Amino acid sequence: MFKRQMSPSGVICQPAGLVKCGNDAAYVGEFMQRGLDSQTKKQLDEEEKKIISDEHWYLDLPDLKEKESYIIEERSFIPCEDLLYGRMSFKGFNPEIEKLMVQINSKSKKEEIEEDDKMEADVSDEEMARRYETLVGTIGKKFLKKRDQRVLHDEDEEENSNTKPKKARKMFLKPQD
Amino acid sequence: MAGGGGAPAESRVGQVVLPGDVLLLPAYDEQDTERLPLGTSAAPRGRLLCGPGLRRCAGGLLVTKCGLLRHRRAGDGAAAAGGAYWVDSQQKRYVPVKGDHVIGIVTGKVGDVFRLDVGGSEQASLSYLAFEGATKRNRPNVQVGDLIYGQFLVANKDMEPEMVCIDSSGRASGMGVIGQDGFLFKVSLGLIRKLLAPKCEIIQELSQLYPFELVLGMNGRIWVKAKTVQQTLIIVNILEACEYMTAEQRKQALAKLSGN
Repeated sequence: MFKRQMSPSGVICQPAGLVKCGNDAAYVGEFMQRGLDSQTKKQLDEEEKKIISDEHWYLDLPDLKEKESYIIEERSFIPCEDLLYGRMSFKGFNPEIEKLMVQINSKSKKEEIEEDDKMEADVSDEEMARRYETLVGTIGKKFLKKRDQRVLHDEDEEENSNTKPKKARKMFLKPQD
Repeated sequence: MAGGGGAPAESRVGQVVLPGDVLLLPAYDEQDTERLPLGTSAAPRGRLLCGPGLRRCAGGLLVTKCGLLRHRRAGDGAAAAGGAYWVDSQQKRYVPVKGDHVIGIVTGKVGDVFRLDVGGSEQASLSYLAFEGATKRNRPNVQVGDLIYGQFLVANKDMEPEMVCIDSSGRASGMGVIGQDGFLFKVSLGLIRKLLAPKCEIIQELSQLYPFELVLGMNGRIWVKAKTVQQTLIIVNILEACEYMTAEQRKQALAKLSGN
């Protein structure tokens, strides 16, 4: 037996009027739905569920299981017969199209090869890790403040050249009269 | 309805089938459909492609067009991991199919949309934004009467077919307005499929003759352009006639031409 189902939108449209919510009686109009308390909302939802569960209609039939079929229906010939691309040029009549033809053919060949072989990495994993270690340091230096950069620079200098007398800082010299 | 019991699909490959014939497929276990193992194993598993001219029905496939039944085995690199069955039928009238590349003739412009004649029951629509590098300010230069090579974005029996001249990544890849000159003619759909097959002898032999450019639309239209009008017409005549010539006759004709 077919019975009516609840509408999916489930829009609650309250008629204007007083709604008692615990101690407070708040005036709720149709245009004030957004300002409702969470409490009032919950109460309204519960009431609505109670009403709906009584009227909830459903199909009496047993559940139909939709079998996932292993057959795909296809209306185009292209995947069946592996047709080529329709635009062709021969003996250099249209160089752009010839480039395109080479691209498309190599793409189809590449797909076949990729499926069989595994992609070889150009850079080994160890080298990658090493690079990343140093990379973090170099990028980190970029974001140091000037003072810290200077300290770093001095540290480097100290390592390279041993005790080097520190140059007197150049200060402003007042012109002598 | 004279349906009768169907014959197994493998036995009818290469034979003439008529609409209404039922092709039985070997029963697949339900467990296998859930797992869908890929790769070549002893038992052919994976999705079976049911091509044009066939429909799914209880127990197997139902034939809807008359023609020869073709089959392609499950192989690596193929789109259908489980093999494909289809009916090789002959027809002149094109029915738009999604994903097909066709040659259309611009018949008019309605607002921001071009109307194209693709040889089907309805005219296809093509938006002016569906070209590579087209924006609202930078409109493509398309006039009434131009030839356009594009693919179908939407093509079913309930809606008007829609075409685009860019692929999914936004590049033209050969589609768009086809240039000046050249010659457009119509052939049957079966010949187009023969010419577009991976190793087509006709195209290979023709390519040895003269330099030329060729555009093949799945709706039966072919556009040819060569250096002189005479060469263009020669290629057109060969393509039209090669449908009914045997391989030897074709080679003789080409030998005469290359000799001249």
